[in-house]
Amino acid sequence: MSAFFSTYGQMLIRSILIHLKYVVISVSVGFVLGLMLGILLSRLPPKFSAVILPVLSIFQTVPGIVFIGVLFLWIGMIPATTIIALSVYAMFPVLKNTYTGICQVPANYCEAAVGCGMTPTQVMVQVELPLAMPTIIGGLRLSTVYTISWAVLSSMIGLGGLGDFIYQGVSSNNNTLIVAGAIPAAVMAVTAGALIDQLQKRVVPRGLRKEAAK
Amino acid sequence: MRFALIWDHLFMVFWAVVFSLIIGLPLGVLTYFYPKARKTILWVVDLFQTIPSLALLGIIMVFLGAGRQTVITGLTLYSLLPIVRNTYLGLREVEPALKEAARGMGMSRSYQLFHVEMPLASPVIFTGIRIAAVNAVGTAVFAIFVGGGGLGSLLYNGIRIQNMSMILKGTGVLMLMAILFDFGMGRIEVLLNRRAAGKTRVSQGCAE
Repeated sequence: MSAFFSTYGQMLIRSILIHLKYVVISVSVGFVLGLMLGILLSRLPPKFSAVILPVLSIFQTVPGIVFIGVLFLWIGMIPATTIIALSVYAMFPVLKNTYTGICQVPANYCEAAVGCGMTPTQVMVQVELPLAMPTIIGGLRLSTVYTISWAVLSSMIGLGGLGDFIYQGVSSNNNTLIVAGAIPAAVMAVTAGALIDQLQKRVVPRGLRKEAAK
Repeated sequence: MRFALIWDHLFMVFWAVVFSLIIGLPLGVLTYFYPKARKTILWVVDLFQTIPSLALLGIIMVFLGAGRQTVITGLTLYSLLPIVRNTYLGLREVEPALKEAARGMGMSRSYQLFHVEMPLASPVIFTGIRIAAVNAVGTAVFAIFVGGGGLGSLLYNGIRIQNMSMILKGTGVLMLMAILFDFGMGRIEVLLNRRAAGKTRVSQGCAE
């Protein structure tokens, strides 16, 4: 055990940090993009979303490995390849959930808000988004967990991350290396999932929380 | 040769879904019967799905060695969440009046489960199977990393030798497979729903 850490300790810590870096950047970019596009989509007439949402879910069936691979051939072996691919994948769940979340807000709330004299922007920011927030955060959880999983693939194109360990371990039949890469990745995903679950509880509007407690 | 790859891929997906049904259905029923066990079971199956695919396959490979058995085990664990959760949700959403009527007629608990609750929950359970199958088609790509074959090898080798047409072919077949599964099973779901709805209507008619 200690022999392992003296040999690989530094490398392991570096891999974890690289992995985290990819995940944090991609999920942030994906979240912002997904949120904005989701809001935009909810403002457009329903016939747009009737076309766009199925196209998105078809695109989502493209395995991440393909997207990373194709971008790799186009852009080359730079971190941007991984980050672009992961951001695009992180965007989908957030976009979808933002759209569904906003659509699920009961129309009478929005009407009441308009009746109170709110501008469309105020209705969006103060009524619709807060009510849709738990759903949106649900999307964030999905995309974070996915991104941690896909980020393992960045080592396939030589860009580091925890995949390095799993990859080397699998190809050289070294179980210690596999476990050394797999366990931090698993712990990272589970921790992130649990943290976002907590966040999701926090963002439920107070009025609704009471309702749920009854 | 390409058909062999597709066949390999389908083989792994098929057995994974079958095994996760064998394990998942009883687990789903357990979560429904025992509220105490619910949280633990749902948490554990959720945990499996949270673990990155390659990491999970790697860990399983330590125990089972390289090959299909590793992939099928991994995919089975992945498919548990939709199946367990949907079994539980399906059973829970069965109308209370119908459950009561079944009890009132003197059905035993297991008779009620198999003859009333399960048939009515079947559309929701089937949705779970569909989600599991579509996900498994995508995840089975990772089989290539643990010596399982399948369409992942087309993608992986395509990327290695920078052969774009190979990558695109592999992707096309995979997308088509996922869409066909989704669409085909979606159709069956509609039929199941219609049947379940018909049954409910008849029984409601009797109660009135």
